[in-house]
Amino acid sequence: MRGIAGRAVDEETWEELEEALILADVGLPTTGRLLDAVRARAAAEKVGDTDSVVAILREEIAALLDGSTGRDLVVEPGEPNVWLFVGVNGVGKTTTIGKLAAQQSDAGRSVVLAAADTFRAAAAEQLQLWGERVGAAVVRGQEGADPGSVIYDAMAAASGRSADLVLVDTAGRLHTKVNLMEELKKLRRIVDRTAGACKEVLLVIDATTGQNGLAQARQFAEAVDVTGIALTKLDGTAKGGIVLAIQGELGIPVKIVGVGEGVDDLMAFDPAEFAAALFE
Amino acid sequence: MFDALSERFEGIFGRLRSRGRLTPKDLDEVAREIRLALIEADVNLRAIMQFIARVKEQASGAEVAKSLSPAQQVIKIVHDELVATLGGTTGKLTMSPKPPTVVMLAGLQGSGKTTAAGKLARLLKAQGLQPLLVGADLQRPAAVEQLRILAERVDVPFYSEQSAPADVARGAMEEAARLGRNVVIVDTAGRLQIDAALMDELRGVRDVAMPHNTLLVVDAMTGQEAVNVAEAFNDAVGLDGVILTKIDGDARGGAALSVKEVVGKPILFAGTGENLEDFEPFHPDRMASRILGMGDVLTLIEKAEEAFDEEQVRKAEAILRQGQFDLDDFLGQLQQVKKMGPLQGVIGMLPGVPKEVKDAQIDDRELARVEAIIHSMTMEERRNPAIVNGSRRVRIARGSGTTTSDVNNLLKQFKQMQQMMRGMGFGRPGKKGKRPRLPVPGL
Repeated sequence: MRGIAGRAVDEETWEELEEALILADVGLPTTGRLLDAVRARAAAEKVGDTDSVVAILREEIAALLDGSTGRDLVVEPGEPNVWLFVGVNGVGKTTTIGKLAAQQSDAGRSVVLAAADTFRAAAAEQLQLWGERVGAAVVRGQEGADPGSVIYDAMAAASGRSADLVLVDTAGRLHTKVNLMEELKKLRRIVDRTAGACKEVLLVIDATTGQNGLAQARQFAEAVDVTGIALTKLDGTAKGGIVLAIQGELGIPVKIVGVGEGVDDLMAFDPAEFAAALFE
Repeated sequence: MFDALSERFEGIFGRLRSRGRLTPKDLDEVAREIRLALIEADVNLRAIMQFIARVKEQASGAEVAKSLSPAQQVIKIVHDELVATLGGTTGKLTMSPKPPTVVMLAGLQGSGKTTAAGKLARLLKAQGLQPLLVGADLQRPAAVEQLRILAERVDVPFYSEQSAPADVARGAMEEAARLGRNVVIVDTAGRLQIDAALMDELRGVRDVAMPHNTLLVVDAMTGQEAVNVAEAFNDAVGLDGVILTKIDGDARGGAALSVKEVVGKPILFAGTGENLEDFEPFHPDRMASRILGMGDVLTLIEKAEEAFDEEQVRKAEAILRQGQFDLDDFLGQLQQVKKMGPLQGVIGMLPGVPKEVKDAQIDDRELARVEAIIHSMTMEERRNPAIVNGSRRVRIARGSGTTTSDVNNLLKQFKQMQQMMRGMGFGRPGKKGKRPRLPVPGL
């Protein structure tokens, strides 16, 4: 994008902007809508140079992402608080939980980790190692055990020791697998037996994900009422533009962003910064 | 969402159906549609440009065959070019004349390397080889443990040590010699292609293990980034092939084309499910249809050819045309379809079937129930369902272990289907939205 700075806006400019958005995995429909809005504003504001047009585009992107209600992860003092982590295989659910557990512990909250991914080999060990690293209790079952019972036990353990927060790791599942999505609904119902306990259902999306991310968000939201997106692996060159489509079409906000494998590599989501990074 | 490529083409060509040859202007318009379709399928923009240039070249010189409409002609060219691009030797590792043959898996975090390693070991073992699984991912917590468990499950020896990845590789080669294993599969840590230190580390592992097959593991859901990843890994360690994972979802899988354009090496295997046996040689033709949004037509045709008795198909067609389709004919068709495998799989492969239908959960047990109901009817009842009265209904329900309302539903839906078929005049393509409902719940 730097190459076009300062030039007068012509058709080539629009094509380059379109390419930049598509290369960021924003997708055709959202790209079209964004550029239509920018064209309209550029005409109305009589803007003719590329710098201003790019600035308008960034504003539009940030505005689209900002259209959502709060981004803070909800914890109510003195109540049971459960955050459920869901997503397809390999997006980084367990790592995200590990990092969040560290941050929450640092913030003075006592955290219980529920290893409800009883399917993937050694998933519980992975969470256990994170628990040891950050000083959080880990509740786990046997491999192949009923994930629902793990959640139940974790919530009981949290209540027994008056922990502030339960982070539930679930098995990665493709959103097209009906039986696995049914299982996930069941897990959510187990959390919901304690009314009001389920404060967040975070869908973890890998920044390298293409247009399929929208289908993932749609199916997971339908199954377990997703409250926000955790966008992972943003430390690479992938831009994660599919979250624009997810926000635009489904109204699900990005809440946190993963930028590495270290304990501290987890940040709050900043729409303006995200918009700027799309054109780097 | 846009329609499948074939429908877009039909639109463009609708007005020039009579013409015999494609003009350059037609081709530009077609190229635009191909581009949009491939963007939707997550093919990288650069890969699309290269691909379209080749398609244009093929199309401009092509004589239009009499048997094909221009739309069909172009689709065939696009499809063939896509198959050619995605093709190459598949499902075969390069075997070293001097064992062991070494396979190194590399890729981004979460692409599915460890699972692929376990699945590959199972496959090779089933082919009579003696693999050794090596855990050189010392980065991710419990990654080594994960591979150790997979090795146990597929009953293959496992090696790892707590040192450095290159040392693990060295130790593994000695272990393979000691145990007389003829294939060594090295799982490495996931890494970003821009992480210079970790890419150096990967080169270090390669220099020790000297793999005959350095395979990039790529998630089928990857977007535009696939090109950058493939390019960087290829530059760093020199790739020999690709494993495409998680293709059992509904991603269009354009990453396959992106990677292939960049690396030029074959896509060898595809991960097709949660279980260790869900791993097969990659099928370029099926992937091409999927990227173009045309359904898995070829697979379906193959399956249909295997399952359907030609004579029976002709008979059924004649009956349909005359609008005299009775429950006995329906039963016959049901049994033919069943031979093609689980209904969900068959429907998933059909092009043009609405997404809601594909997503609908179709229980094969429902089919069994429908079959049971028809079996419990007399021939006369099957030919003329109108005679089924209250007492017959009770008898049929009892005989089939269902309820009278199940029987009612089937009869009602069958009647609607009959009316639809007559109304449409079966044989001509139906108008959109007028698809007859089959008397099977969910369809």
